[in-house]
Amino acid sequence: MGLIDNINKIFDHRIRLGIMSILMVNEQVDFNQLKELLNVTDGNLASHTKTLEKADYIIVEKSFIGRKPNTRYYSTKSGKEAFKKHIEALENLIKKQN
Amino acid sequence: MESKKYLNDLNEIKDLMNRSSRFISLSGLSGIMAGIYAVIGAVVTYIFLLPEPGTVLTLHSWNFRLIIAILLAVASLSIVTAYLLSSKKAKKNQEKIWGPTTKRLLVSFLVPLLTGGIYILIKLSSQHYGLTGSLMLIFYGLALINASKYTLSDVKYLGYAEIVLGLICAALPGYGFWFWVLGFGILHIIYGSLMYFKEVKA
Repeated sequence: MGLIDNINKIFDHRIRLGIMSILMVNEQVDFNQLKELLNVTDGNLASHTKTLEKADYIIVEKSFIGRKPNTRYYSTKSGKEAFKKHIEALENLIKKQN
Repeated sequence: MESKKYLNDLNEIKDLMNRSSRFISLSGLSGIMAGIYAVIGAVVTYIFLLPEPGTVLTLHSWNFRLIIAILLAVASLSIVTAYLLSSKKAKKNQEKIWGPTTKRLLVSFLVPLLTGGIYILIKLSSQHYGLTGSLMLIFYGLALINASKYTLSDVKYLGYAEIVLGLICAALPGYGFWFWVLGFGILHIIYGSLMYFKEVKA
């Protein structure tokens, strides 16, 4: 089994990796916070959160604050574990190649 | 080549984790200013308001009230300065001065601080002046350590220093004033300068 097998394809994208990093250190964030932190457009962000949601790495919660729709994101336990594994794989790859 | 990309990934992860959970634009210069305000307040108090040796400061006396007024002035000037300088720095870092990170920062800072403040006021109103300096230092230190999770983590070292000073102060009654000057004046100036040089270098 090569080292590359531990690299998680889902996290092999800047924005999805970013979303997950933020959810590792924050209990929850809403759509607008993510948008600001990652500097992405609505549509772009939505498609990447969908991918993470499908993989069961994050939970999406939709609600209303007054009349404004508010979407919040949480990371799941399996998401956190997958992320940690991915980081370890990255670190190993860097160590091996240097 | 590949490993460069992964290294970039790791750096970006670290940066996002910090930016999303901490307010990193806390200004070092505002620390220096807070220290200077405290020293000026202390000098004024020392020259004009401290009671003659051998006499005690009583509650409701005019100089006690003035000392409280100076304390409040030092505190509010420090807060206003910190706010102004930090929002300037936040603008430069493209960070919002009022967001979830600053809210968490304020709450975690204010809970220990207000607890201490109220406790000190209760003690003062029952004529227990002795430990005021020490209690102020200790609770301020705890507030800093608590808040350091949501801002520059170096803030915690200032917190530890304040607590150590507060405990020594408690063991040496009668020198509260001098420990206060050391903790709120000198330590702030030292910490602020260290942070300021770090900022300039970055």
